[in-house]
Amino acid sequence: MHIPEQRGPVSAALLAILAGQPEGNAAALTDLLALASARQTESADVIEDDDIQLALFCLYELHYGGLDGVDDSWEWNPGLIAVRRILEQPFEKELRREARTAVPEVPQVATGGPVSDGVANVLFALAATDTGPSLSKHVSKKATLGQLREFLIHKSVYQLKEADPHTWAIPRLSGRAKAALVEIQADEYGGGRPDRMHSALFARTMRALELDDRYGAYVDAVPAIALASVNMMSLFGLNRRLRGAIAGHLAIYEMTSSRPNQLYGNGFRRHGFDTAATAYFDEHVEADAVHEQIAGRDLAGGLVEAEPGLLPDVLFGATAAIALDARLTLHIMDAWENGLTSLRTDLAAAA
Amino acid sequence: MSQEPADGSIVVCPDGPLLVRGDFEIVTPSGEAVPRQRQTVALCRCGASAIKPYCDGTHKLIKFRTEPAGPADPGA
Repeated sequence: MHIPEQRGPVSAALLAILAGQPEGNAAALTDLLALASARQTESADVIEDDDIQLALFCLYELHYGGLDGVDDSWEWNPGLIAVRRILEQPFEKELRREARTAVPEVPQVATGGPVSDGVANVLFALAATDTGPSLSKHVSKKATLGQLREFLIHKSVYQLKEADPHTWAIPRLSGRAKAALVEIQADEYGGGRPDRMHSALFARTMRALELDDRYGAYVDAVPAIALASVNMMSLFGLNRRLRGAIAGHLAIYEMTSSRPNQLYGNGFRRHGFDTAATAYFDEHVEADAVHEQIAGRDLAGGLVEAEPGLLPDVLFGATAAIALDARLTLHIMDAWENGLTSLRTDLAAAA
Repeated sequence: MSQEPADGSIVVCPDGPLLVRGDFEIVTPSGEAVPRQRQTVALCRCGASAIKPYCDGTHKLIKFRTEPAGPADPGA
């Protein structure tokens, strides 16, 4: 991914450090750690803090495709891992608070039947009560062409590497939960056909709307909340202790996907786009109706059956996903209802 | 009944589709292959899917139930 523009002191210092070599940077790393520590304490809202979310995004990116020109050996640099942990702690705390606020009353897992069925039922119930403002209805009926492009730009930060954060969980699971996750991920990655990879289908949709389909092309254009949604997945995926959360996240993501993707596809068809552009959405209507069954019962349910102590984190991952999705939707709809762009920079400048 | 795992299996999802996994083919009455994009599929059981024979999640919107509800139903 290209090097993004800094959004404040922490991301500026981080990007300056990443431009150099790991050797002989100890003093700068110590300064960055102190800066990150001070900034996270004074941040009013870590989730919408552009500087912190961009810094986290870049730190996580070292574990994915990397940043252009940045030395690969930075990935496991102890100084950078320390900075990541300093930023992750308040982020996770804030996510837990958000999750509790968004869903104060999580239904109890029924006793009597199989635990996995009970967990799936609770997750399906959570997905059904997700009553935030509907982005999919707006996209379906009203969104302008410009808004469709903005919508894709927000999504592109994740969808061009779709499924990658959940893949981190595979070696942390075993048995039924592992088999379930591998089955879902194989489908996400196209079942062996690169052109059927969900990220590749999404890139096709972007090209149909004359957008840049290179991963991270629009990182500078999206607000902190969009970065936070992706950072949340990386946090859950890269920390083994949060394997329950990444399982819960995937389950709720799949369970809240089929119907919205039907509506998204309708929005693009309304503007005259053909199946090359809508294949991504059409695929998700069908795929996620399969995945939600596997993710709810076998992945999340199977995990809780094997490790009952992980139930609270499964529910945390699910409710945090609901909470951040609602906040991103609110941000986008609020801008659009006021005739504004939901992006940080206008599209012309970003593209 | 044999307890040996079969080549294919059908998971009867509560209030949801039939999840079919393993070695099988989906064909029309005259034997032509129904277009299929994935190994494991969910077949519509509620009748309301717009992409039959596959499930599109509509069973959740119409509150499809696989177990008859009623006074005798303990709700478990």
